[in-house]
Amino acid sequence: MIKKVRPHVNQNEALLFERSSPGKRGYQLPPLDVPAVDAASVLGRGNTRGEIANFPEVSEVEAIRHFTRLSAQNYAIDLGLYPLGSCTMKYNPRVNEQVARIEGLAWAHPYQPETLAQGIMQVMAALEQALAEITGMDAVTLQPAAGAHGEFTGILMVRALLESQGNPRKKLLIPDSAHGTNPATAAMAGYAVENIKSNALGMVDVDELARAVDQDVAALMLTNPNTLGVFEENITRIAEILHAKGAQLYMDGANMNALVGIARPGDFGADVMHLNLHKTFSTPHGGGGPGSGPVAVKKHLIPFLPKPRLARAEHGWSWNYDLPQSIGRVRAFYGNIGMHIRALAYILAHGGDGLRNATLDAVLNANYLRVLLEPYYKLPHQAPTLHECVFSDERQARHGVRTGEIAKRLIDYGFHPYTVSFPLIVPGAMMIEPTETESKAELDLFVDALISIAKEVEETPDLVLTAPHDTRTSRVDEVTAARKPILRWKPPVK
Amino acid sequence: MYPEDLHYTKQHEWVRASGGTGTVGITDYAQQQLGDIVYVDLPKMGTSLEKGKVMGSVESVKAVSDIYAPVSGEVVGINDALATAPEKLNESPHADGWLVKIKLSAPDEISGLLSAADYEKYVAEEETGH
Amino acid sequence: MRYLPKSEIERREMLSALGVESRESLFAHLPAEVRLNRPLDIPAGKSEYEIIDQFRARGAECADGYASFLGAGVYRHYRPVLVDTVVSRSEFLTSYTPYQAEISQGTLTTIFEFQTMICQLTGMEVANASMYDGSTAVPEAAMMAMRLTGRDRVLVARTVHPEYREVLATYARHQGMPIAEVDYARETGALDLADLEQKIDGETAAVIIQSPNFFGVIEDVPRVAEIAHRHGALLIFVFAEAVSLGLLEPPRDADIVAGELQSFAISPSYGGPFAGIIATKEKFMRQMPGRIVGETKDTRGNRAFCLTLAAREQHIRREKATSNICTNQALVALMATVFMTVYGKQGLRELAEQNLAKAHYLAGKLRQRFSGPFFNEFVASAKSPEAINESLLERKIIGGLPLARFYPELGDGMLFCATEMSRREEMDLVAEAFGQ
Repeated sequence: MIKKVRPHVNQNEALLFERSSPGKRGYQLPPLDVPAVDAASVLGRGNTRGEIANFPEVSEVEAIRHFTRLSAQNYAIDLGLYPLGSCTMKYNPRVNEQVARIEGLAWAHPYQPETLAQGIMQVMAALEQALAEITGMDAVTLQPAAGAHGEFTGILMVRALLESQGNPRKKLLIPDSAHGTNPATAAMAGYAVENIKSNALGMVDVDELARAVDQDVAALMLTNPNTLGVFEENITRIAEILHAKGAQLYMDGANMNALVGIARPGDFGADVMHLNLHKTFSTPHGGGGPGSGPVAVKKHLIPFLPKPRLARAEHGWSWNYDLPQSIGRVRAFYGNIGMHIRALAYILAHGGDGLRNATLDAVLNANYLRVLLEPYYKLPHQAPTLHECVFSDERQARHGVRTGEIAKRLIDYGFHPYTVSFPLIVPGAMMIEPTETESKAELDLFVDALISIAKEVEETPDLVLTAPHDTRTSRVDEVTAARKPILRWKPPVK
Repeated sequence: MYPEDLHYTKQHEWVRASGGTGTVGITDYAQQQLGDIVYVDLPKMGTSLEKGKVMGSVESVKAVSDIYAPVSGEVVGINDALATAPEKLNESPHADGWLVKIKLSAPDEISGLLSAADYEKYVAEEETGH
Repeated sequence: MRYLPKSEIERREMLSALGVESRESLFAHLPAEVRLNRPLDIPAGKSEYEIIDQFRARGAECADGYASFLGAGVYRHYRPVLVDTVVSRSEFLTSYTPYQAEISQGTLTTIFEFQTMICQLTGMEVANASMYDGSTAVPEAAMMAMRLTGRDRVLVARTVHPEYREVLATYARHQGMPIAEVDYARETGALDLADLEQKIDGETAAVIIQSPNFFGVIEDVPRVAEIAHRHGALLIFVFAEAVSLGLLEPPRDADIVAGELQSFAISPSYGGPFAGIIATKEKFMRQMPGRIVGETKDTRGNRAFCLTLAAREQHIRREKATSNICTNQALVALMATVFMTVYGKQGLRELAEQNLAKAHYLAGKLRQRFSGPFFNEFVASAKSPEAINESLLERKIIGGLPLARFYPELGDGMLFCATEMSRREEMDLVAEAFGQ
């Protein structure tokens, strides 16, 4: 029985271009206080454009209705649980939004005199310090724009370190459970990829690793806990094996939500890692970005950090460009400061003990789901669960129903689906991470929904196979969208 | 089930040899595994292919699969129809959904491939292995 | 803690369902040597009010109430109130990437509209759902050109934003992409076409120019395109000041457009987050990196949108992906979409015309370094840029960017930007400072 949602009225909304009408306007600019100039004479006729063909013209009322109606067609954290594995879809605190919009911070220009930017630089310095403390590393760069960008930055630093020692080496080892950005990053950084198999418990096979690490291996890219939510218990040994051969341990920090205040990657052997501020540190996903991917390093990698770096000078904080071994810039300016402000506000709100407490609740929530769902869904890896767990659709597959379909049926119950078919090492994977900001009531509703679906799979599988039923948009034809891509609106041919 | 006039590989490609030319495609088993094909990436005319090496890829909505050249030679024909109608690969993998024609540089390679019967047996083993 | 929706009673109920004593025991299996055995050295959690006070104090230390004539890749433009109203809606702010199309039509529809408007503005045929920013869109475009042409050399104008060029160099080092720079003409401030002719050859994958360029000067795009195409190279057109597209002829001869949308209601925020775009011709579509939204139908035959062409992306292609990029800047791209909607066809033009007027008024009072046509930025010559800026600061005005740090040969140059936000009185004060 579906308890969480009932169907509700939801309006149709055309595209802006279909609502547009010549002469409608949603803006007004103040009058010019200087003489107008004729564009064609000043710029040259060839440089001046005609009108922007088919660009929309709508009033303020239509604009606000348009976007408000569209927003009502989205699911969101503010509406309910997103059980997406490794996404850490936790509550996005609203005070973060307010402080990010404080005028002095929001309007700061990256090239304004440093003496007039001390406030924002202090914010960045405070965040760097907090992240270094949380990760147990020696220095942090806030420059990378997102997790994948952070990975790229971190691997470039590994390359620079090894180059400085005479040999950049040829390949990166990546576990078969890794997120797709890891091998893509390796390729962008000019490294070949070698896959490392997981053992039966879903952890890195240490013997295999020992065999695989040779003088051609630059680093192992590891997520800990891994994408099964399992802590790599041999992590110290893994780090030793790598370091003995002069290789580095890169840690993908996507799953830090299981470790904050409990264990620090810098303490268990990581040389370099990235963090996802939009995961562990609550900055909003906003429908797909922006993120921010700070990178934290141990001392031996500091010379290679992107430039510039925040440094102390006479007048306070200053940008130091004198970094001869730096890998250079990975983006213009200093980073996604708007997200830094939000992440710092999150850290300040929790405090040290609060951050640890949040981790405890995150792991409690995931274990609670595991225990209640295990009787109904196969859990292939029996190792202890931290912040997320991965079920397999094996039992349901016997009735002809797979993880993707169960996920779609969850929508009818009022939930966003879990992560489908990832990690690849679990066939028919159902990857679930609740985070600490879910109440027991919401988790119970989620459990009830999945138990009910398990029953439906056995008794009325068709209901699950053709889900979702109750959404205003039913399943979309992704095949035609890919075969015959229509990537923009065009005016109808008359 | 699998046409007898074709030769097969364990990577699920097939070759139809005729004179010095081979027509190449992927098998019915492969297209079933991939699901609805949305795009086919083929080598350009004149490309030199080496047996066993990647020659292109096939995309479904959620997956990409490399295609390996079953035999060596020069690409002398490309199935242009697949550019606008990739579904042909699903509908007729052994005939209309052919991928490229190759001028065989080493015709003996054909004898090293699987016969229809052997391929069918191989596929059956793959299925139960799952 | 106000973000944790659990009472102690509920925790105990959950623990008893697990059959364990405490939450701590859930970590018991971690090896002792990895455990942190002390509290984190971070002060106790603060109230909302203390947090706001703290950041307000930081904001007050940051040129609060100053006028500014800085541009150089980050521009001061009014932000329509509707922008924050829309992006603050829970369903846009706190939603996830729209992988589940049935419950993400809001995000998907706005991205589709965004892609359309970018095409309309730039004269390209397809656009993606945004890149991190303009600076990273440039190397992504360059790598795209390499894939498309099978060549590896890239020529980039010295008048492309210096930090964009630094980013390109960082990426290029690992792609086997040799980069050479093309100089600018000392009189006009535009690309030196003779230098381009001299440096381009049959191995050049792409020529990268920015217009208006870093000096604010408008490039002769058709001529650069002709030279590039004659050698079989692609033209990558970069823009940093999106407002210019309201008035300037779009780069129809370009093969790839890589740009920055910060001017469209994205707060300067000391440099980020911003939103970049890549737009191109339809024939190059499958080599475009990043998320793309396409139109389709649902099972009931209604129009719907979904992420498409995903096979290019990291989560499927893995090491063979067109890029490792995972995010698109959805929320900031939405800000740009709302901005474009509020201004509309007429508004973008009027806004650009105001920018043109303001900058030309200011330039008329100063000594311009270059003769080339410009939009809202230009280089002024001054005996001592530092002295001018010092005197302007006393009047709470941040003057133009001294160029010596990026172009040592332009030690007397200052890059000034005037927008619709610049006031006549402020510009008169700048002129006064130069007069002294």
